[in-house]
Amino acid sequence: MSEQPWSRAKGPFAVALGPPLLWLFGFFLVPMGIVWIYSLSETRGLTDVVFTGGFRNYLRTLDPLYLGVLWKSAWIAGATTLACLIAGFPVALAIAFAKGRAKTWLLILVMLPFWTNLLIRTYALMAVLRTEGLVNQAVGWLWTRAAHVLPLPAFEPLPLLHNNFAVVVGLIYVELPFMVLPLYAALDRLDRSLLEASMDLGAGRWRTLWEIAVPVALPGVVSGVIITFIPSLGSYLTPDLLGGPDSQMIANVIERQFKRANDWPFGSALSFMLMYLTFLALAAQGLWSRRRKA
Amino acid sequence: MTNRNSRRSLLQGLGAAAVGISLGGALEGCGPKTAGKAGGAEEAKLNFYNWDTYIGETTLGDFQKASGVKVDMSLFATNDELFAKLRGGNPGYDVIVPSDEFVARMAPAGMLMPIDHAKVPNLKNIAPAFLNPNFDPGRKWSMPYTWLVLGIGYRKSKVDGVPDSWKWLFDSDRYKGRIALVSEAADLIRLGARYLGHPINGVTPEIAAQVEAMLIKQKKYVKAFHEDNGQDLLASKDVDLVLEYNGDIAQVMRDDPDLDFVVPKEGSIMNSDCLCIPAGAPRPNNAHAFINYLLDAKVGAEISKTILYPTPNTAAQALMPMTYQDNPVIFPPQSVMARCDYGLYEGPEKARLFEEAMTRIRAA
Repeated sequence: MSEQPWSRAKGPFAVALGPPLLWLFGFFLVPMGIVWIYSLSETRGLTDVVFTGGFRNYLRTLDPLYLGVLWKSAWIAGATTLACLIAGFPVALAIAFAKGRAKTWLLILVMLPFWTNLLIRTYALMAVLRTEGLVNQAVGWLWTRAAHVLPLPAFEPLPLLHNNFAVVVGLIYVELPFMVLPLYAALDRLDRSLLEASMDLGAGRWRTLWEIAVPVALPGVVSGVIITFIPSLGSYLTPDLLGGPDSQMIANVIERQFKRANDWPFGSALSFMLMYLTFLALAAQGLWSRRRKA
Repeated sequence: MTNRNSRRSLLQGLGAAAVGISLGGALEGCGPKTAGKAGGAEEAKLNFYNWDTYIGETTLGDFQKASGVKVDMSLFATNDELFAKLRGGNPGYDVIVPSDEFVARMAPAGMLMPIDHAKVPNLKNIAPAFLNPNFDPGRKWSMPYTWLVLGIGYRKSKVDGVPDSWKWLFDSDRYKGRIALVSEAADLIRLGARYLGHPINGVTPEIAAQVEAMLIKQKKYVKAFHEDNGQDLLASKDVDLVLEYNGDIAQVMRDDPDLDFVVPKEGSIMNSDCLCIPAGAPRPNNAHAFINYLLDAKVGAEISKTILYPTPNTAAQALMPMTYQDNPVIFPPQSVMARCDYGLYEGPEKARLFEEAMTRIRAA
């Protein structure tokens, strides 16, 4: 099939593009616009929000308090993304090199968690990590067995739940498929003869991996990092349920503005701060990929 | 005991499902049916917006048999959800069940209809202590349905004696790493103020700052700030002391005799879910009849049997088994209750003060 410019087939083009465009407009741009207007408004009384056009809410988001929360969120999202990258790359590589049927099954396995609601999975994770949860029971059992032969102190349950560690574990669990899939897509296209050439020319496995596979997969890495980092940054359920006293992320603060604090304008401004940062990250990625092409 | 767990925290997380459920109800309420007439004969229908697992098993069917009015119940998971749903106008509900603080928010905002006491003769069944609360003097806007009190749920075998002071949660390292507090800003700051010797209401910025400093110091000994699922943390042995409502702890105490509950001697915050008629309710006569029916002694006992929350209905309480009536967790002693108060809604400035203090505590 030869490609033809869209201007030669305006009718079909409009038919194909119309519905998604309407969808984007009605269910994305308009609601976002409303939230944006809220962010420039002020609360009057209990139920009224008055548009003032002022930037007071945004000024308030620059308070070190909220910047600190934002920084903490970025830190947790960054740790999650890095761990997903390290864990996801070998998985993606294995799937890309698997044969026929096995490849299909491995891909299904990666996507399988999506069939269960996030809340249910998070509760399941709580049952695994809690003080008397599955991990601590297993470790405790092994410990008491070992204590029969070795002089060990009494078993102290590991603090696995209600801390930042648990939040990062929970986020890795949720986000890993989003890292594996783009990495797989990039590695699957990899020309195998390049690897063979590298090995033939005397490079070892690690050097081949590092100098051939990783550079080829780089676009996949970048998209994987972006679609892992952004949802982690705005995660709210995971820190709420798995986190400890200081696992407060920016989405938790935003949620409280819309609920208990009844301060929709400030909550909207905080949401948009998060969005501006996301746009910045995407713009940086755009610049980067353009430079790469040039 | 019914679970406040299913009532609050679980559905809270399952936001999507909760919204789905209530949207169904809301849509049902919309449309031509909403065009109810004041005064004249009303359609034999009623839209009831309630918490999950918060009505007797047969109550709605019995009401239909007695009055011919069919009740459509839809569910909400948090007061915020209820408030958000009605904020832009009543989508067709006739009876709603907000907590005391939201009664006080919604009444001045014109979101409630005054209740005609002449149409609710069963008000006589209610204990006098509930007839003139600070959040609704004279019960102009709301009728009491249930009440609760915040206190300390604890594991007897892991705690020395009865931890009958907020000190053990707010100002001591004795139980370090085994404490869980509520994440609710207003409740936590107010209870901190109470511990420091101030009243529950009227917390000034200076007092809030003192409480904030105390809790930041205490934070390293706190294992979690929970979203009203403290009873689960206690039951699963994640913590040994938890700030929770009596109803929630009573619920897990049935399965684990090692648990107990105490309202600290300094006093605490009470909470009461109320029956209200939202402004613009299409069928106010049915709504009054329904509220009156729920306050009946037998009906109230039937509800209490299912949901096992403390009831303000003296006549209904008298019909309950002694295990409920004499339960010091469900009905703490009068001497303690006298030092408890409802947390009032004190305006957006105060709400912001509490929220910011909480954000700082969590971020510290």
